[in-house]
Amino acid sequence: MLKKSTLIGLAAGFAMLASAAVAEPLKIVYIGKNTGNPYFDSITAGFEDACKSLGCEFQFLAPATAEATSQIPIIEAQIQRGVDVIGISPNSADALNQVLDAAKAAGILVLTVNGDVVGNESRRAATILPVDFTKTGPNQVELMGSMIGYSGEIAILSATTEAPDQNVWIAAMADTLKNDAKYKDMKLVATVYGDDQPEKSTTEMEALLANYPDLKGVIAPTTVGIAAAAQVVQSRGIADKVKVTGLGLPSEMRDFIKDGTVEAFQLWSPYNEGWLAVHFALGVLDGSVKNEVGGTFEVPNLGTITINENNSMNTQAELTKFDKTNIDDFSF
Amino acid sequence: MTGWRHILLRREAGIAVMIVLFCLSVGAVKPQFLTLDSLRIILLLVPLIMIGAMGQMLVLLARHVDLSIGSMLGLTAMASGMMFRYMPEVWWPVGFLVSVGLGAVLGLFNGALVTVFRLPAIIVTLGTLNLYRGLTFIMSDAKQIDRQYVPSALKSMSVTSPIFGIPWIIFISFGVAILTYWFVMHTRIGRQIYALGSNPVAAPLRGISVTKVTLVVFAISGALSGLAGILYASRWGFVNPSNTGSGFELQVIAAVVIGGVSINGGVGTVAGTVLGVVLLGCVSAALPLLGIPGTTQSAIYGAVILLALMIDRLVRMQGMARSTRAAVP
Amino acid sequence: MTQTEIPAPATREATLPRPAWKVLLIRPEAMTFVLLVLAVIAGSQLSEYFLDLSYILKSFTLSAEFAIVALVLTMVIIAGEIDLSPAANMALSACLFAYALDAGAPMPLAICIGLVAGVAMGAVNAALIIGMQLPSIIVTIGTLTLYRGLAQVIAGDKSIRVPDTFIGINDILLLGVPLPVLLFTLLSVVLGLVLATTVFGRQIYLIGTNEVAARHAGVRSQRIKMWLFLLMGLVSAIAGLMTASRLGSVRYDLGLGGELQMVLMAMLGGTYIFGGRGSILGTFLAAWLLVIVMTGMIVANWMPAYQLCVLGVLLIVSIIATNLIYSRTQR
Repeated sequence: MLKKSTLIGLAAGFAMLASAAVAEPLKIVYIGKNTGNPYFDSITAGFEDACKSLGCEFQFLAPATAEATSQIPIIEAQIQRGVDVIGISPNSADALNQVLDAAKAAGILVLTVNGDVVGNESRRAATILPVDFTKTGPNQVELMGSMIGYSGEIAILSATTEAPDQNVWIAAMADTLKNDAKYKDMKLVATVYGDDQPEKSTTEMEALLANYPDLKGVIAPTTVGIAAAAQVVQSRGIADKVKVTGLGLPSEMRDFIKDGTVEAFQLWSPYNEGWLAVHFALGVLDGSVKNEVGGTFEVPNLGTITINENNSMNTQAELTKFDKTNIDDFSF
Repeated sequence: MTGWRHILLRREAGIAVMIVLFCLSVGAVKPQFLTLDSLRIILLLVPLIMIGAMGQMLVLLARHVDLSIGSMLGLTAMASGMMFRYMPEVWWPVGFLVSVGLGAVLGLFNGALVTVFRLPAIIVTLGTLNLYRGLTFIMSDAKQIDRQYVPSALKSMSVTSPIFGIPWIIFISFGVAILTYWFVMHTRIGRQIYALGSNPVAAPLRGISVTKVTLVVFAISGALSGLAGILYASRWGFVNPSNTGSGFELQVIAAVVIGGVSINGGVGTVAGTVLGVVLLGCVSAALPLLGIPGTTQSAIYGAVILLALMIDRLVRMQGMARSTRAAVP
Repeated sequence: MTQTEIPAPATREATLPRPAWKVLLIRPEAMTFVLLVLAVIAGSQLSEYFLDLSYILKSFTLSAEFAIVALVLTMVIIAGEIDLSPAANMALSACLFAYALDAGAPMPLAICIGLVAGVAMGAVNAALIIGMQLPSIIVTIGTLTLYRGLAQVIAGDKSIRVPDTFIGINDILLLGVPLPVLLFTLLSVVLGLVLATTVFGRQIYLIGTNEVAARHAGVRSQRIKMWLFLLMGLVSAIAGLMTASRLGSVRYDLGLGGELQMVLMAMLGGTYIFGGRGSILGTFLAAWLLVIVMTGMIVANWMPAYQLCVLGVLLIVSIIATNLIYSRTQR
């Protein structure tokens, strides 16, 4: 009768041999904010294609609602499943603290994608952002200015009052308007919040038009907001009086560009974020990429990526401007 | 009976007065509120809730409740939306048939569970609320129907019409209200709904087929949710499996309750419900105008519901006192 | 005249009492237990990672706060009322607690503030429902929106952090079991005994079955209901504080949608929505059932679409079974 310890020893030996022979593909999971949101479908596509080309297992998961704690059970499940990398677009900067700590303790590489856990950066390894967020605000102001002749009253239609990304951009916009002489004749009269809900965004937009009859432009740095604002302008036929711009998805804004309701808007490529995330993660795990501020590495199709302050990376340097000339070139 | 009629008349009048007072006070601070433009905004906020409220009113009158209307709205909207996207050669008004028809089927399923298994409607519709929402995700593979796929003819129904430029969607919603009024006042089944709701035990003894009436109210609730579904696509221009219809049931129930329909069945009028919907519409339109941040808006909705309930109770207590006094010689 | 014999009335044996095994086994709680076992089996088949006791216990802590409130909610429903405001209560109590801490109040005082706020909210419900005789379902829908809205006013859309010393109640393990799970089990035992063996408990069933008759029999239904709503308020506040400890921060949307989960737990446990029937044991089993089902689906990486369908079907199936059992056992 073989002793138990010998059996175990033999089993362990076999296991080591087996694992040395066949390297298990790495498991990557991307957790979106919620299902049914086309924006995250683009990011997912980037993840999928990158995993296909680099040979790792990928799964997209998301909760039913975007409320702050809805991602927690999913993260716990992934820890239980022993995944190697978790990419997440967090619904909250704070609510995930405990569970992200647990993931880190389990040896999982945690990346935030498209948005960061502001104030809790230590709980994730790095963040993938589409562009340098400090430049978004000024870019949007410039685009707005170019459409209204750099003078007139403008307003901002944002998402929720505490959305960290939007607030960074809005603060930069206010700053630019105040300090840059080029925009001295443009006046920001109101900032309203549509909570990223089409109904609320619409009523807020209509309220703006009613409260400020001389309004010349609206900047909506959120895809739900800009679509709602454009819809209002289109149904009232006031596209030449009130200019709408902001950050929008080509798929949602295509109609508005084509019929002239919106002249131009900006965004980036969410797809690239997924693509970059996978390349970065795999690089870190196999040692070819060092996760250090100031370091650089190469990614096919994206060129050289620099790791910035707080371990953040951008997929592109400048915002992409969408207008009549290029709106049909994009499939997201 | 006359005592009760007086109370009801007073109830509708009470809501109407509240609407007028509210609009005047808001108008005093923000004169833009009292313009035609503003009226247009209010009326545009109202159609979907109005249609849903008519269905919910019938269900409540029969002493049931339907919590699944939001999910039914979403599922039926998605069904039409997918037809628009993947079968664009089909003439777009067929979408109405698809949504309303599917809605009726979903409603019948609710009704069947309630009658056949004698289950409390609140639980059944809680279950179907989840089930239908899940089916919406599965059917659409969790992808939304983007604006370019929704026929512009459908979208323009929410924008204008040849009649004074008032959007079709407003006519449709008031048309549904008028039809509902005719239904409860002038058809046998309509009257039976009131009878069933006021006294479910006695109803069969009076020759009312409880099964038939129950199935009818749930089917109507479903069909109207379907109508609201396709009109959602018209009003907002897209369909999203997660958001479309989410929270709809709460707004509708709030409007219906404010309009005087009783949770215990048998009491309520179309006029009251319409006024309840309009009041909520005015409040919704006024809040952003007054610059009240979204954070306070839900607190206000809660307060309005409670206020309406308390006023209703006080009025009823007064009315009961009156009629007992009248009864005593 | 011959008297026609009046046939002796056919004597019938009084119906035999149901055999003890039937009484014990054919009841809604048994159905919940069966579903629970089935769910565990299903979960283990769906994913190899499921059958891990410490993971399941950890998953329970995510719903433990709701489960604790669901226990008291069961008593409220048995008494013929309903309360849909507890989740909003949790949020508002937690927000007031965190706000007080932030403003410099010492921990014990802040906790008191949170608890008192919870009881006060329960008192408001009681005043409207019992005092003004308003239907509890609508009142608590109104207070749910009101409390949630007030939480939004206090906290805005921000998160308020709580001090590190307060964080991590779910990490405390006693005999390998997380503290919230132990608290839930303890409370289940206590409330179960109260409901089943005390006069207070009996009276709750009486009120739920027929309030008028109960009152004529001398049961002070108003008093009892008032205590139940106050207890709901207190328990909700405690649950709110527990959630704050688990998450490390407080937001206005704490526990959003929780009322649905709580009602679900009560319903799945065989509690009758119109009052008069139900048990703590049923809710206890149902809480586990819900957690097992949700965890099984999540660790199998199912998308919300299917999870929602399963939940919906589960609810409908369980209510059909409950009804069948009740109609069969009532003679």
